[in-house]
Amino acid sequence: MSQDFRLAHGGRVNRAQPLQFSFDDRALQGLAGDTLASALLANGVHFVGRSFKYHRPRGIVAAGADEPNALVQVRRDAARDTPNLRATQLELYDGLAALSQNCWPSLAVDFTAVNGLIAPLLSAGFYYKTFMGPRWLGVTRTWSKFCEPVIRRAAGLGQVPDEPDPDIYLNRYAHCDVLVIGAGPAGIAAALSASATGANVILCDEQSELGGSLLAENRVRIDGTSAASWMERSLAKLAAAGVRLLPRTTAFGYHAYNFFALAERLSDHLDDCTPGVPRERLWQVRAREAVIATGAIERPLVFPHNDRPGIMLADAARTYLNRYAVRPGARVTVTTACDSAYRAALDLVDVGVEVAALCDTREHPPEHLVEEARKANVPVFAGTIVTRTRGRPRLRGISTASRTANGEFASGPSFDCDTLLMSGGWTPSVHLFSQSRGRVTWDAEREAYIPGESVQHERSAGACRGLTELDAIIADGYRTGDQAAQLAGCNPSRESRSQMKFASIAGGSTEVVHNTSNDSSGQVIGLTGGNDRPTCRSAKVELASSYAGGLLGTVSDAPDAKTKSFVDFQNDVSVSDLELAVREGFHSIEHVKRYTTVGMATDQGKSSNLNALAIVARAAKRTIPEVGLTTFRQPYTPVTFGTLAGAARGDLLDPLRCPPSHFWALARGAVFEDVGSWRRARCFPGAGEDISTTIARECRTVRSAVGLFDASTLGKIEVVGPDAAVFLERMYINRFQKLEPGRCRYGVLLNDAGFVIDDGVIGRIAPDRFHVTTTTGGAGHVLHRMEDYLQTEWPDLDVWLTSTTEQWATFAVQGPSARSVLMDVFPELDISAEALPHMGVREFTIDGICVRIFAISFSGEVGFEINVPASYAGALWNTLEKATVKVHGCIYGTDVMHVLRAEKGYVIVGQDTDGTITADDIGLGRMIARDKSDFVGKRALELEEMSRADRRQLVGLLTEDPAVVLEEGAQITTAPDPRTGTSALGFVSSSYFSPTLGRSIALALVSGGRGRVGERVFVPMPKESIAVKVAEPVFYDPKGERLSV
Amino acid sequence: MLLIECPYCNEARPEVEFQYAGEAHITRPAGASTDAQWADYLYVRSNSRGLHYERWRHTHGCARFFNAARDTLTDRISNTYQAGQARESGGRKIL
Repeated sequence: MSQDFRLAHGGRVNRAQPLQFSFDDRALQGLAGDTLASALLANGVHFVGRSFKYHRPRGIVAAGADEPNALVQVRRDAARDTPNLRATQLELYDGLAALSQNCWPSLAVDFTAVNGLIAPLLSAGFYYKTFMGPRWLGVTRTWSKFCEPVIRRAAGLGQVPDEPDPDIYLNRYAHCDVLVIGAGPAGIAAALSASATGANVILCDEQSELGGSLLAENRVRIDGTSAASWMERSLAKLAAAGVRLLPRTTAFGYHAYNFFALAERLSDHLDDCTPGVPRERLWQVRAREAVIATGAIERPLVFPHNDRPGIMLADAARTYLNRYAVRPGARVTVTTACDSAYRAALDLVDVGVEVAALCDTREHPPEHLVEEARKANVPVFAGTIVTRTRGRPRLRGISTASRTANGEFASGPSFDCDTLLMSGGWTPSVHLFSQSRGRVTWDAEREAYIPGESVQHERSAGACRGLTELDAIIADGYRTGDQAAQLAGCNPSRESRSQMKFASIAGGSTEVVHNTSNDSSGQVIGLTGGNDRPTCRSAKVELASSYAGGLLGTVSDAPDAKTKSFVDFQNDVSVSDLELAVREGFHSIEHVKRYTTVGMATDQGKSSNLNALAIVARAAKRTIPEVGLTTFRQPYTPVTFGTLAGAARGDLLDPLRCPPSHFWALARGAVFEDVGSWRRARCFPGAGEDISTTIARECRTVRSAVGLFDASTLGKIEVVGPDAAVFLERMYINRFQKLEPGRCRYGVLLNDAGFVIDDGVIGRIAPDRFHVTTTTGGAGHVLHRMEDYLQTEWPDLDVWLTSTTEQWATFAVQGPSARSVLMDVFPELDISAEALPHMGVREFTIDGICVRIFAISFSGEVGFEINVPASYAGALWNTLEKATVKVHGCIYGTDVMHVLRAEKGYVIVGQDTDGTITADDIGLGRMIARDKSDFVGKRALELEEMSRADRRQLVGLLTEDPAVVLEEGAQITTAPDPRTGTSALGFVSSSYFSPTLGRSIALALVSGGRGRVGERVFVPMPKESIAVKVAEPVFYDPKGERLSV
Repeated sequence: MLLIECPYCNEARPEVEFQYAGEAHITRPAGASTDAQWADYLYVRSNSRGLHYERWRHTHGCARFFNAARDTLTDRISNTYQAGQARESGGRKIL
């Protein structure tokens, strides 16, 4: 198909480079430089989608980010299948395959359009009214079970791909003096004046080319040259000055302290996705100062049936015409409340398009515009509105009404046309200003919300603060760029800027920047500077068109302005929906928004919010500022998850910590579990073994011979200094001052509320040096807490704390043969029971390598924990493993570690405690050195609450049926079948099958538990209530005789 | 992301280097205290709307605890100062 609507000349498209593409499998041709939207329009395709709720035919309305209708699905392959892309921002590439969305079975024949017929049932608040369910239906659940699946199927735009995203996304941090957002006339001018001071400037823009509205200017002369050449010269100047120019880069988030998030599209516009070429890049920019030059968005007019394909925004049509050399149609009418639509009409006439009528809602449009239009043979109808449109799917004609002498509307002429251009005026894009937490203010004269006082280091320039004339906009850009650079400390007269720090951003400036200053005159403000700086900072602008004027909402007395007068095209919200919401009592715009879904579609109401606000205000009989404005939140336009995630996916999402034996364990086919950020081996099944057999074997081997266990995940803190012992006595419940070097002590750590938060063995290596161990999960917070007390409570203590968790590898050798294994491995050391008794610690140096051996047990057998520098861990592990196997020992994992310790009643903090358990509750009360003057948690233990007899205490549980293993977390009650609401006595905290005892064992926290030993209690489960006997929490070797073998 | 001026490093660094550590100027009762005083120390916080004195730790920098005056409405930190300094003494004023 030929491009019937393409002009022979002009535009920024490359006629020498035709591109093939398809829309709904129809082969079409466009040109390099096109967007999908402009290429479709060049082929006469306006009808591109169906609306969300009523499935009404919809066409291309806009030419940029504000497009509500032309959302398409673009499929490159099964994994790269992207829904909801705005055709107006999608750069055409060869082979692009786009599909329409939200229709079934096809765009032309859409059965779901039946929704349009039952529209009265789908009014405002439809979802809420439906899901609440009418009372006569009785069971609401049944109702929503019936409704929800049907609605869910009909809802949603586009299809998500089934396969994971194969693309690469980058992340980059940047700092700059001045970030300029938006490369239209104001942004370019701002970047020019900022860079002239020597400032480090970044200029970004969401479009493929920098230039903004200048890209569609064919008439204006700036400084005696065309807009295009002014733009090109300026951009060349910026590039030469080292300004970082970022096209295809959307500033989507403005965070605290001038921190910006930008999404740069790197390869979506290319026709092949070469593997390895990244798709998008997230820029995280900290800017000393920012200039927001994001322009304005043209508002649609709200009139009956204003949503037919062929109805588009006037300036969008002008963009298609001038930038892409595409005529929007053959016969055009215009309806406007704003000056800028006149220029669109005149440009159309210039290329030979017939403009049948220009209806201006204003009774007295500016005379020079009317005169110009008349000269071009465009009939102008003042005080005239569109009352009806016809044509399905594409527009075929309009009816009008004009205000008569008595002030009322009377029906006016009808026109046949295939295109209707509309312009309701311009809404300043205050999105980023609002995200900066600045408050927008209502400018009654301009009828617009414009940026108020800055709360961060930014200022808005140009159309985004309500300016409508190009000379003023460019001058505003120059002024703000210069101001931003000066405030960032950039001034060519100053040699060094090195003393400038980001403190200015961190603390805020004493200077309050008023964005509201009505400096739209184009005057040069306060510019003095070095010789190399241009002294003139305004532009001579000729033949510019005005963007003044506008209408918010509907003409108040327009006849029948409510039927299918759409405010939000994407979510199908009409004037009557908004009025219904107000009648039903929703008066806050935030409530109306959520009730009607106005402004909640993927375009976030870019074109609809202000119209909705005006309509709600009038219906509620309030002013617009009284109704308020909904909050703008990031992102400005949708951002892919890939961009946000960057490299943090798959294995890189959350770094995995592995103990030194990990790869050995992997090769041995170990079963693993994730414990916090660690991956640990649970057990090491032999050939044909299942997990329970493995656990039984490993358990028996440790108890009868010896086992080797990688305990490197234990937290380790080196506590050093003259006051180290004093410090530990204040942190832990235990005593350390009299602990001899070469001895260890089991320490319990409380918080100041008196509850157990960690435990571990602490060895005194030297009088001023302790090796403190913490639980695996406690390593970080224990050090943090120790530092807190050391730095802020007892800064007088002379102590250093160093985390050594990563520096020491720790291997536990446990079992009756443990000592002989060590003797075998370290023949040169004295590992005798006299030299290294239970709870002893020795530091040895072997071939210059420091080794710390603790004689400690977490199994109830004779045991050692050997610490070596992590770099020697592999060698030591291999040696220990051979020596262990030689004496018929085994390697064991966390499963058996748990069973062995539970058989001995050793608690695991965090499993057998829950943050409300005291040392006495877990049977460690005797360890508390109560006569110490202070330690963390001491005062709290004096509270009456802490010594109540019915506190939950650690006990053992033995099921009456020894084969039944209780569930951890199960509740314990006195009655087998307690009434609902009965509080539990406590809960099961640890539960295993003990191979050593040949029966199940459990630890539990039970109210007044120590007084209940021997009692029969119950663990009610869904199927049955399990009878258990309360027992002492030590099931094996209660006297600890095996430790001294 | 906040920029926080560490009063020990004397440099503004991004928030990710720091760890929040609760309200500042909560004194741990020394010596004898009533149960109520101890409960206050443990649990009662000002929960300010507006100016809030709070502790931060430059965990991934100098690892020191320090104090900051932050407005809970605007997130703006007007002042940071070393642990042990009175809030009025103010260390280095930025605002």
